Amino acid sequence: MPVGSPECSRDLYRPRPASERIIAGALLAAAAVSVASTIGIIGVLLTESLGFFREVSVWRFLGDTEWTPLFAQQRFGVWALVAGTFLTSVIAVGTALPLGLLAAIYLSEFASARLRGILKPSVEILAGIPSVIYGYFALAFVTPALQRVVPGLAGFNALGAGLVMGIMILPIIASLSEDAIHAVPLSLREAAYALGGGKLAAIRRVVLPTAISGIGASVIIGVSRAVGETMIVAIAAGQQPRFTLDPRVPIETMTAYIVQVSLGDTPAGTLEYRTIFAVGMTLFLFTMALNLASHALRKRVLKGGLL
Amino acid sequence: MSEAPARGVTRTDRERLGPERAFRAICLIALVLPLLLLAVLVGRALVQGWPQLSFSFISGYPSRLPQEAGILPALVGSAGLMVLTVAMAVPVGVGAAIYLEEYAPSGRLTSLIEVNISNLAAVPSIIYGLLGLELFVRAMSMGRSLLAGAATLALLLLPMVILASREALRTVPHSMREACYALGADRWQTIRRVVLPTALPGILTGIILALARAIGETAPLITIGALTYVPFLPDSVHSPFTALPIQIFNWISRPQPGFHVDAAAGIVVLLAIMLLMNGLAIVLRARYQRNACS
Repeated sequence: MPVGSPECSRDLYRPRPASERIIAGALLAAAAVSVASTIGIIGVLLTESLGFFREVSVWRFLGDTEWTPLFAQQRFGVWALVAGTFLTSVIAVGTALPLGLLAAIYLSEFASARLRGILKPSVEILAGIPSVIYGYFALAFVTPALQRVVPGLAGFNALGAGLVMGIMILPIIASLSEDAIHAVPLSLREAAYALGGGKLAAIRRVVLPTAISGIGASVIIGVSRAVGETMIVAIAAGQQPRFTLDPRVPIETMTAYIVQVSLGDTPAGTLEYRTIFAVGMTLFLFTMALNLASHALRKRVLKGGLL
Repeated sequence: MSEAPARGVTRTDRERLGPERAFRAICLIALVLPLLLLAVLVGRALVQGWPQLSFSFISGYPSRLPQEAGILPALVGSAGLMVLTVAMAVPVGVGAAIYLEEYAPSGRLTSLIEVNISNLAAVPSIIYGLLGLELFVRAMSMGRSLLAGAATLALLLLPMVILASREALRTVPHSMREACYALGADRWQTIRRVVLPTALPGILTGIILALARAIGETAPLITIGALTYVPFLPDSVHSPFTALPIQIFNWISRPQPGFHVDAAAGIVVLLAIMLLMNGLAIVLRARYQRNACS
């Protein structure tokens, strides 16, 4: 209702203190749901993980490199899963960082405003494709294509999954790096040009080093996204936990293990059931640490500490 | 332009042009390459799934025979999930955004809530699945139902909805609020009658984008127990269910190549739905920006 109309101003003159407090309370409760969400996540992970660690000591969890909780001979070395996550994430970032950074440089240094208006949303599309579709691409198209060039590449492997994951996280690195590069003050660039450097020299020696904190933060966020990714690796990377750095063999990531158990019929309350929470807790801690690191880096950028 | 090279100047303009052009080309290739790759992959999926795309596919049920398989339970499940998720996430998310933008005093509690929301946005979706499993499926005894799935997705989308709604609320000029206060309105009246309706298109855009993300979510739903083989339609919010991405995942996991054709067809349907949703959001946003100037 427009502010100036007669009905509106008649209503507006009635003060209603009690209902105002109720409404404010309801809205605060809505905001509190987000806090409850965090408490819920930590609570759930902690409770079940503690139940797990009552039966399996932390040393068996952190001190072993074989993960076979669903076999008769149960080994609980989480490093097998961590290695799988690490390998796929490294391949993903190794793909996304060079491509994303170069794309960001093009968008901020070379592209006209109109071209940027077309290209930037197009890059964002890459991030909007559901990961189950990317997983299918990795399994059905990318791996067979790679098998023609990489000898000994298994049907399920970290390389294909990692490459496709890299394409998925490329927009994160490109977008955030572009923001960081864009934030470099014009005066610094002009100083570089004034010294006779050309565009290349200005980028290489002034713009990129200045934007490095922001670029670093974007990489960390990209890694965090890759670590938490589930469907691409569940479909294309395999279900064989293996403590290896070989990108050609099947492995299993932390996230894929949780999916594997969820698809089966492990009854609740058993040790096998609790393993998904122990792994989930590990995953949560990793991503939290990465997010804290990226926050710290970005605070350094915002504080004016561009240098 | 430079004659004798002074200290610090290493090349003439002409010498610089070649490498600069090459670098520019490399950067452009880096940008376009992934887009081309995506186009090729989507094209291959389209070609592969095309034979299976028909009305009987969209209205049929999953089957042991790949040619007979259909995605109706998956479509109905996804639709039901979206409706329930919106019903849960929008009131809470928009309410929280209104509180943070209009009511919250700037202080430690508010900063805590804001930091918390941005942390939640970064939590992997499968962790939300674990939360949903323990909290909704087990502790609240919802079972592996549509309701539990929707509640889990609602929590997952909450940070997105809050952030988008806050952005939309921020674009409402302060002068409008102050005009209302000048006329004697209290805060809620101002919000309800002026601020919220003005911010509504932006909020709607945010909701549609969040839904477009939710419709492709697989991992949290698998974790809370969405079934992968559902030859029936869910009959209530308490019934077991499946969703389109889960059906696709199920077909991918089967060894027979016929099911891969089904998966490709399902992918085409999912991409078409997402294209529609994103298109709707873009149209809304364009309309909104046009109106905001008036």
